[in-house]
Amino acid sequence: MKIAVLSDIHSNLEALHACIDHARRQGAEQYVFLGDLLGYGADPRACLEIIAPMVSAGALAVLGNHDEAVLGGLCENLEFVARDAVYWTREQLRQTERDFLQSLPLAAQDGNAFYVHASAAAPERWPYIKGAAAAAKCMAASGLPLTFVGHVHNQVLYYTAGSRAVQVFSPVTGAAIPVTPRRQWLAIAGSVGQPRDGNPAAAYLLHDRQRESLTFFRVPYDHWNAARKIRAAGLPERLARQLETGH
Amino acid sequence: MDLMNLHPGSEVDGFRVGEKIHEGGMAVLYRVEREGGEFPMLMKVPRLEFGSHPSCYVGFEVEQMILEALTGPHVPRWVTKGSLEDTPYLVMEYVEGRSLHEYADLAPLPADQAARLVAALATAVHDLHRQEVIHLDIKPANVLYRAGGEAVLVDFGLARHGHFPDLVEEEFHKPVGTAAYISPEQVMGDRDNPRSDLFALGVILYQLCTGRLPFGEPATLGGFRRRLFLDPLPPRRWVPDLPEWMQEIILHCLEIEAEKRYATAAQLAFDLAHPDQVPLTGRATRLKRAGLPAIVRRWWRSNRQPESAARAVPTSHLAQAPQILVALDPGAGREALLRAILAEVRRAAAADANCRIMCVTVLEPDVSTEQETGHELVDSLYTRRLVELHHWAAELRLPAHRLRFHVLDGANAAAVLVEYARQNHVDQIIMGARGSSALRRMLGSVSARVVAEAPCTVTVVRVPRGLD
Repeated sequence: MKIAVLSDIHSNLEALHACIDHARRQGAEQYVFLGDLLGYGADPRACLEIIAPMVSAGALAVLGNHDEAVLGGLCENLEFVARDAVYWTREQLRQTERDFLQSLPLAAQDGNAFYVHASAAAPERWPYIKGAAAAAKCMAASGLPLTFVGHVHNQVLYYTAGSRAVQVFSPVTGAAIPVTPRRQWLAIAGSVGQPRDGNPAAAYLLHDRQRESLTFFRVPYDHWNAARKIRAAGLPERLARQLETGH
Repeated sequence: MDLMNLHPGSEVDGFRVGEKIHEGGMAVLYRVEREGGEFPMLMKVPRLEFGSHPSCYVGFEVEQMILEALTGPHVPRWVTKGSLEDTPYLVMEYVEGRSLHEYADLAPLPADQAARLVAALATAVHDLHRQEVIHLDIKPANVLYRAGGEAVLVDFGLARHGHFPDLVEEEFHKPVGTAAYISPEQVMGDRDNPRSDLFALGVILYQLCTGRLPFGEPATLGGFRRRLFLDPLPPRRWVPDLPEWMQEIILHCLEIEAEKRYATAAQLAFDLAHPDQVPLTGRATRLKRAGLPAIVRRWWRSNRQPESAARAVPTSHLAQAPQILVALDPGAGREALLRAILAEVRRAAAADANCRIMCVTVLEPDVSTEQETGHELVDSLYTRRLVELHHWAAELRLPAHRLRFHVLDGANAAAVLVEYARQNHVDQIIMGARGSSALRRMLGSVSARVVAEAPCTVTVVRVPRGLD
């Protein structure tokens, strides 16, 4: 069974479509959404209209900090442009969509895999996994062989190495990496809807449960159109430019 | 299940255990059979007794990750793995054949036999590098030969896959390899260079030709480090009648700086298969090590931290050193086409500084001369074509080591070229179109057939209409 793990979609309909299509062609049968479904982009409702039925049909989804902010949570930790996008998104949502977001858990678990938006250690405080120390805390808290997170927008793979410090690896796009047992692996899926590494292509990963391998993908999509819609909605210009440059 | 106490007749996940083949410090090997199994198989069980060193397990883990990703005739076929948590084991093809170890025991061997054995091994190594893997522990005990002469590499416990995390480096944080065969850069902790495998091949060639190990078998890190500045005694010191081409090849592989070695295993395999084509340099006749000033210079350099080069995967190394086959018909009198091919080859040679250009022409048996053809006539035609190839290539202004020349013969030029490309790991063929001559109408297009059948990229050069 192949599981597509999609994180930080951020209301980007074009990127979401492209990643789901790509995953389907790769043989994905299950989908996991790692939070931050909303915020930044111009298509919050259209994105939820795709995601909510998938969740009813068995896909997993967890809550992200932008989703929490849209539901009325505090925005102090968000940048000004992100807050603007949150306020705009609040106005777009109807009750059914708010109910769906409200129903999302902070973390989920399936077999040997743990899914959470920021970190398994204190998920409600939304810490960023920016290095080996934070990755070690997250893996210790999850306790499972595989942990999947988003929040940080770059694709990275961390793993435990016996008594040594946790190690970090930068995956090559499209290359399946075997994840062996007796270690813990922490995969940061990258962002579907707002990549920030200078490459505008959408990012997600595929977990092959039978072969126990992870493949990180980058999927080009019509980011010009997504940016155009952000401008048309009157959202901050920087959010549109970020999609065009990938920064 | 207790895998440490297997005995003939035990059953593990549907595999019937046979005799114990080998018991090493890291793992135990058993013959196994399975209902409907199509080839002989072996099971590798790591030693994981209480108190055993965790590094035993890392080698096993790395071998499992890498072997499962490899395909082709030069590695044992992968069968399956046990779930590592409770019953760790691997099942792979049991390669029946002689080990290079057996040949090494008979050393010194004649140069041509050593060349055949290592050419087959270099072919296997090139195939491995093409699949993004560096072996990093090539030694006679890890090389087997199938009945057809193809070499098979085994034991990937220290190997490096360009797309996977390097679990070995993280586990050991010190040079790992086999004392006699480890390359200077591996001693310095660099595990990213495919040319490290070529160094090991040089040690093996030296060993097969002289019966001696060029660096001995040091047991200390200080002993390992000597190879960073002290080059080996030239093999002709031990075997005075060893051909010069063989010493040239051995010392080329054993260059201390990796960039001075062969760029690819394919280039080494070619030279071992065509010794008459090896350009001889100072390496060929040398009988002493480098002088003291050179040794002191290297020693000084070896004490500095190497500049950390940007990490590159094995295939990106290969991409900079393609084998380019240029098929020419210098006798056809089509100067404009020859010039157009020259321009194309110049572009390729400028793009990849380590590429090797193989200039080839095919002598087709000529119907009109067949009756009166004596050997002298064929020989003189052969020589004339060779001279013409050299004349044409002189315009490229490339150093001798980047050029090779061949006059092939056969009635079917396309088939001859395709076979040559296959045997010599050619990455690109550059050839001219025959044009719209009567000849082409009669014989069909050679280039079209090469394009259809070649195992690599083919570039067909045409002269703009009206200029030819």
